[in-house]
Amino acid sequence: MEILMAFVIGILFMTATYLMLSKSLLRIIVGTGLLSHGAHLLILTMGGLKRGAAPILGGNEEGYTDPLPQALILTAIVISFGVTAFFLVLAYRSYQELGTDNVEEMRGTEKDD
Amino acid sequence: MTNLIILPILIPLFTGVILIFLNNRIMAQRVVASISSIGTIIAAWLIVQKVRTDGIQSLNISSWDAPFGITLVSDMLSALLVLTTSIIAFVCLIYSFKSIGEEREKYYYYAVFYFLLVGVNGAFTTGDIFNLFVFFEVMLMSSYVLLVLGGTKIQLRESIKYLLVNVISSALFIIAVAYLYSVVGTLNMAHISARINEISVNGMPGILTVIAVLFLIVFGLKGAIFPLYFWMPGSYYAPPAPVLALFGALLTKVGVYSITRTYTLFFYHDMDTFGILSILAILSIVFGVIGAIAYWDIKNIIIYNIIVAVGVILYGISVLNTASITGAVYYLMHDMLIKAALFLLVGVVISITGTSNLRNISGLINRFPGLGWTFFIAALALAGIPPLSGFVGKLLIVQGGFEGESFLGAFITLMSSLLVLFSVMKIFINGFWGKDRTYVGEEKAPVKQLLIAPVILVVTSALYGIGSEFILPYITQAADTLIDPNIYINAVIKE
Repeated sequence: MEILMAFVIGILFMTATYLMLSKSLLRIIVGTGLLSHGAHLLILTMGGLKRGAAPILGGNEEGYTDPLPQALILTAIVISFGVTAFFLVLAYRSYQELGTDNVEEMRGTEKDD
Repeated sequence: MTNLIILPILIPLFTGVILIFLNNRIMAQRVVASISSIGTIIAAWLIVQKVRTDGIQSLNISSWDAPFGITLVSDMLSALLVLTTSIIAFVCLIYSFKSIGEEREKYYYYAVFYFLLVGVNGAFTTGDIFNLFVFFEVMLMSSYVLLVLGGTKIQLRESIKYLLVNVISSALFIIAVAYLYSVVGTLNMAHISARINEISVNGMPGILTVIAVLFLIVFGLKGAIFPLYFWMPGSYYAPPAPVLALFGALLTKVGVYSITRTYTLFFYHDMDTFGILSILAILSIVFGVIGAIAYWDIKNIIIYNIIVAVGVILYGISVLNTASITGAVYYLMHDMLIKAALFLLVGVVISITGTSNLRNISGLINRFPGLGWTFFIAALALAGIPPLSGFVGKLLIVQGGFEGESFLGAFITLMSSLLVLFSVMKIFINGFWGKDRTYVGEEKAPVKQLLIAPVILVVTSALYGIGSEFILPYITQAADTLIDPNIYINAVIKE
């Protein structure tokens, strides 16, 4: 199961890298979304995918899945959600101000301030 | 009081929350911000004294024992860095009062400023690798807002690049933590170190070397080392002076601190990774120096000097003997102070002249002698002229380099001082000497009030250099923990 997940995560990273190397800002943001999906799935996979009950006490199950990676993912999801929301608004705002979403045209430091 | 070490995180956090409610009352914001900034300095000073007398302080949050809960650890390195951060924050704060402008102040400038401090102080103090990630994100999120606040075109454009680079490096950080967790099965830094020590009896396993390099990439992206500094010159060009001083002094140094911490605590079994670190550090010095002497723009010159300093510090860490580590710790704090001072001075120059192009500036010393001589002393301190603060650190790093028979690195470190001196003297000679000119903003710029902040920093830095006999015991204590990780482990995991 871990092998399959490793391939899926690898494909996610591949797609994310490809999208982040493109010119359009929106494609780059989609790329960051896929990248964080990959990272979150990776935490889950690296914690181990053994069979076990959901980590909720109360039943009398034999064993539980590892609760720690799930807590880490929850934290990482919220953080990347916040950053993505900020990034989207930033992209919207800079589309209004700069009049382009092509990152090739966002160059220069001195003249055009 | 065992909760003392959490105060430098809690005070800025509560201040930030209070400041959100005061957004339209600028005077109230300033008063609250100043008071709590001084409070943070006092708390940080008490921690330094506490660590000096009683050794490493660790605090288990909610009284969960060490490997299971989150532990905050304050060894001498963390305590000193938190103190330096608090001083720089106070100085940037009083500089902001005069320079940042009402528009930004109304839009939560001080609140975000304080959240940045929460992130930086937290990253220095935490003893848990995932908690370090969270504090990194707190710090970065605040830095995104500080970078874009104001919304000019250049800020928007550079924020996009800065944000994208940091989103990628944060994802890599999560990936690195996931790999490390699957190998060692724990997140507490002391416990990770103990577990790696157990499995590295016959040398470190290959997978851990891979993780070590992955951590180097992650923290190298934050700390701007050689192949990963490409985002920095553009992004740091955009924000206004006090924000730039905060970034230049604190953000990259958190990356440097994290490399230092993870390499000396986790990966000290494998000298090959230190070899990689050493090569990258030397290349950072070389490329930083090339950038610093190439530009005719005062902001760019100082920005490239950050890369040089990061290289020098990491070179000291990579040699890994007593002299070089002591030197690196000494130089780290010197560099935080002096970079903040230089960026604030550059800010004063820009507020007078309205430009950062060196070719359009000359003869400033005729009408602004205080500014000129402060800049001169700061420039000498940056290059490491003996009575000032840059000297002792670099001396120890070079001494360590020769003792470790790493002659090329020590030689390049020495040569870099010369070129760094050249790059800042270029600003001094071309900008401050020469024929007198009149400038647009000359009348309006409150030069005397603006100068207070950098003068405080330059005086602190001079005292730091002159009083090195007094400070060295503290630095040695910090270096001892870095050289012998068992001190750290035993302080955190109490048997």
